[in-house]
Amino acid sequence: MTDEKNRRGEGRRISERNADHVRAAIRDELAKDESIDAAHAPDAGTPVDAAPVIELQNVFLAFDTPILEDVSFVANKGETICIVGESGTGKSTTLKLILRLLIPEKGRVCIAGKDITPLSFVEALGVRQKMGMVFQGAALFDSMSVFENVAYPLREHTDLDEGEIEQRVREKLQFVDLDPDRVMEQLPSELSGGMRKRVGIARGMANNPEIMLYDEPTSGLDPLTTGTITRLIMKLQHELNVTSMVVSHDIRSVFRMATRVAVLHDRRIEFFGTPEEMAASDDTYLRDFLGGN
Amino acid sequence: MKLRKVQDYFSLAGRALAFIFARPFYMQDLIQQMDEIGVKSLGIVLLTGFFTGMVLALQSSVSLARFGATMYIGSLVSASMIRELGPVLAGLMVAGRVGSGIAAQLGSMRVTEQIDALNTLGTDPIKKLVTPRVLAALIMLPVLTVINDFVGILGGNVISTVMVGIPSGLYWRTVWDQIGTDGFALRVIPTDFIQGITKPFVFGGIIAITGCYFGLNTTGGTEGVGQSTTRTVVMSSILILVVDYFLSQILLSVFAP
Ligand SMILES: Nc1ncnc2c1ncn2[C@@H]1O[C@H](COP(=O)(O)OP(=O)(O)OP(=O)(O)O)[C@@H](O)[C@H]1O
Ligand SMILES: [Mg+2]
Repeated sequence: MTDEKNRRGEGRRISERNADHVRAAIRDELAKDESIDAAHAPDAGTPVDAAPVIELQNVFLAFDTPILEDVSFVANKGETICIVGESGTGKSTTLKLILRLLIPEKGRVCIAGKDITPLSFVEALGVRQKMGMVFQGAALFDSMSVFENVAYPLREHTDLDEGEIEQRVREKLQFVDLDPDRVMEQLPSELSGGMRKRVGIARGMANNPEIMLYDEPTSGLDPLTTGTITRLIMKLQHELNVTSMVVSHDIRSVFRMATRVAVLHDRRIEFFGTPEEMAASDDTYLRDFLGGN
Repeated sequence: MKLRKVQDYFSLAGRALAFIFARPFYMQDLIQQMDEIGVKSLGIVLLTGFFTGMVLALQSSVSLARFGATMYIGSLVSASMIRELGPVLAGLMVAGRVGSGIAAQLGSMRVTEQIDALNTLGTDPIKKLVTPRVLAALIMLPVLTVINDFVGILGGNVISTVMVGIPSGLYWRTVWDQIGTDGFALRVIPTDFIQGITKPFVFGGIIAITGCYFGLNTTGGTEGVGQSTTRTVVMSSILILVVDYFLSQILLSVFAP
């Protein structure tokens, strides 16, 4: 226990020394990205004016031990909220709460102003159709080709004919920078990790959902592919005004795409605010977290 | 805790069965599962059935010889195959081959979040994955059992003709006599057949639901998948043998001569 504290203390001291560097680096990063992403920059006014689309109110959840305690935050229309935090703090779990794959013990989860916790299983299936999810490991159906994977939500929920489905699948694959003719007939096991993630994004957005959830869309990828996927998420938000929630460990891309950042720590939301506020914050844990990156 | 699991098991069974009659029907999945469960199990069923019939004939010829009744080998083999060994052996073989496969497949879908993905894309995993497997097993296990019975009796025929010296004609006549002696339900269906078909129907349900139950409830990564498959084979084999006893008792009392 005391060992633990000592190590923490040490980490804190080191990071305090580094804190100024870190903040300077982040400011640089923001300045650099502003020029690149000027076209994609979220309207400063949007988060405040727009209606809340995703809302967690005082959510409690436990498996064997408590995972989330009194977690609340709001994502307004067109916002990109990034969730960061250490491994195992419940980031994936939070996304599953929004999808109603899990039900909170206490508190409410509202989608477009409607509480989804008391819904029946069938009603929940309906709510999920408004959402697209990109899973941590892509979760492509490994018995189906790439084409069938992306076409799956279309076959389930639309009455598009075969030609329209193919057209839509091609369009979505192109959107994620994949060559439809090359990948469509391949099986997920034949793709690289980055390609699988991009197919996962294409499948998530096939149905043109209003809400996109991404679980570590860039983890384990090289910096270039990470950049591509970050730009993709921003493109989706910008062009289609999709409300997004992104779990990410990659602070650089978080600062690029987030309108607001939620930091999960110790079962609670340690911080919820804009990236600028986060960079300027004096909170020791936040500085630790940024400094350690 | 344990009680809760039993409850979950039956609620899974109930929902899977209820979905048989609800749209949309996943026809392609059903056909694929019928192929997987039925057609691909044909080999082992043929092999085990044939050898079981042969050993039955061999063993009973020794006992029957003591009473000078070797000519009744046919009735003994057919009664044992149709009532007991056919259904139980087919059930155990399919539990090992198919039950474990179902648990492994659904288990790895669970740990790679594919089950969550199905849910997210608005599909009920029970309807898409469990119902086709249960329905395919309900249909295919009786079929496999009838085939198993037939090759078993055929195996008995080979041994009784070659090693005991009973002419084939006599063998088959005793087989038919045996099937007729216990009487007929609705005048045409031999009661032996009713026993012999009811059992595999129930066993098919047990195998598919047990495999799906352990598969869907897999936790703990790839290691968990291994545990689920083992549990499925052990649990469904036990259930088959236990349920077989009680089903026999019920069926015998219903169709008491
Ligand atoms: N189905 C479950 N049953 C029991 N415990 C679970 C389950 N799912 C998650 N947990 C536990 O909940 C905690 C949070 O898990 P979660 O997957 O949300 O973490 P995470 O923040 O996404 O971590 P990572 O960054 O490693 O993906 C973990 O301690 C995990 O052990
Ligand atoms: Mg996670």
